[in-house]
Amino acid sequence: MDLSAEHILDHYRHPHHKVWLEHPTVTHAEQNWSCGDALIVQLCIEDDRIAAIGWSGEGCAVSQAAMSLLSESLEDTTLTEAEALSARDVIDLLAIPIGARRLKCALLGLHTLQNAIRAFRSLPPLTWGETVGNAEQTR
Amino acid sequence: MPLDTAAIRRQFPFLAPRVDGQTIVYLDSAATAQKPSCVIDALTEAMKTSTGGVRRGMHPLSERATTLYESARQEVARFIGAQPQEIIFTKNATESINLVARSYAASVLREGDVIVLTLLEHHSNIVPWLQLSEEKGIAIRWIDIDDAGRLRMDEMEEALSDPRTKLLAVTGQSNVLGVRPDLATVLPMAKSHGVRTLVDAAQRIVHTPVDVRALDCDFLAFSGHKLFGPDGIGVLYGRGELLRDMPPFLGGGSMIRTVDRAHFLPEDPPYRFEAGTPPAAEAHALAAAIRWLTALPLQDREAHAHTLLSHAIERLRRVKGLHLLGPGTADEQCGLISFTLNGVHPHDLTDLLGQRGICLRAGHHCAQPLHDRLGITASTRLSVGLYNTIEEIDTCVHAIEEIQQAFQQ
Ligand SMILES: Cc1ncc(COP(=O)(O)O)c(C=O)c1O
Repeated sequence: MDLSAEHILDHYRHPHHKVWLEHPTVTHAEQNWSCGDALIVQLCIEDDRIAAIGWSGEGCAVSQAAMSLLSESLEDTTLTEAEALSARDVIDLLAIPIGARRLKCALLGLHTLQNAIRAFRSLPPLTWGETVGNAEQTR
Repeated sequence: MPLDTAAIRRQFPFLAPRVDGQTIVYLDSAATAQKPSCVIDALTEAMKTSTGGVRRGMHPLSERATTLYESARQEVARFIGAQPQEIIFTKNATESINLVARSYAASVLREGDVIVLTLLEHHSNIVPWLQLSEEKGIAIRWIDIDDAGRLRMDEMEEALSDPRTKLLAVTGQSNVLGVRPDLATVLPMAKSHGVRTLVDAAQRIVHTPVDVRALDCDFLAFSGHKLFGPDGIGVLYGRGELLRDMPPFLGGGSMIRTVDRAHFLPEDPPYRFEAGTPPAAEAHALAAAIRWLTALPLQDREAHAHTLLSHAIERLRRVKGLHLLGPGTADEQCGLISFTLNGVHPHDLTDLLGQRGICLRAGHHCAQPLHDRLGITASTRLSVGLYNTIEEIDTCVHAIEEIQQAFQQ
């Protein structure tokens, strides 16, 4: 983690979209078992568009900032666009070097989001291995 | 006489000046200890001069490897007051505990029996029992702690006097709170109720002399790597009369007397429990680590750990928003202190400390039931070793304060 990256700490202190939605289409929770960080993502889906996103959870600055940045980037996108987001995209959003030991922190938000959409589509959840994908090699 | 820390530090290659100029402040010895040169030398020397199949072969290299391995067993036996045939070499403390669960407990315990565990346990002294409990319908009974982390002795007494209780598996020292359960009270209490006992000594063995006859426990487990020895070797002590009747753990070469197409006849202990080619060089290096450690006077080692820990506690206590876990005194805690810091997640803290070469552990430390009990998901742990100094503690606490400030701006 890079402490001079003020934007990370900003998102950590003042997360975006960290709100509880009253009438979500789908609500989904995931956990990073190795550290206990947990996120809940809520989506309002209208005609295949993400009309609203809310989330809650506890964790380190990297996982919280990544979720905050990710939720910003999802404003008014289609489900298909959201589903196409890769581990690389999230790391680019964070714009700090993410070492192997922080990879799961960075990707917890993406993992929760993708599995929320899959729950909405009645698809089985992605495993952590699938979410992390080839991020480990491309880093 | 205080420990000559400067002389000790010179024996640890990890402290040698590095090309990149970064100095390492290692405050994570409770996870694994750094190795002194004599241990590294013993390991390479054994591999250079004595590589040969242990107890398999008539040639001189086999014989040398066998001699190293068996003298290491004697060294370990002396170290904890056991007989050599009561010492089983394993991969680590985790495997030692699994051996007891799979061999002893699985063959002796029956459905409806109770195993007593404490909330201080490490996952390696929890999961093997949960596995067994699922398979055999054995109940687990948990002993709670008070808010400072001391075992609830009233609950212990009640649990041990339950006639269904057959086994107590208890840590000798918590790897999160540093507290040492009063084994001198708990173990005789168990014995008086006919309850068998296993002590997880993975942490305790580093700081506190362990004598299995004085403790009068049935089993005791520890790892080599926390004791300044190499990875890949651990120890299980088992009371001789119990080992004699226990079925094998893993099957394979070296643990049998004879095999035909339908049967096998197992070896006597300890060989019965050591299937496959054993780690001779590692055993030899572990013996070197034990000799190295015990050559330093116990009183001096204890005083060193106590001084460092009281200093760490005193300094950490002054950090605003920092909460110490456990009793918070070096008299009751041994070698380590864990804490949480408002506004800074343990992973962020240790990541940023790590960037400055300061190594601390963060997370649940393989003790989730304990963290649940404390009402937190993760903590940061500072643990001290013989090579640490007061200045290193100050460097660490100062860095913690700076990181906290950066988070609060
Ligand atoms: C109290 C305690 N028990 C058991 C273990 C397990 O040791 P190992 O991982 O070497 O098997 C550890 C260390 O990780 C520990 O601290």
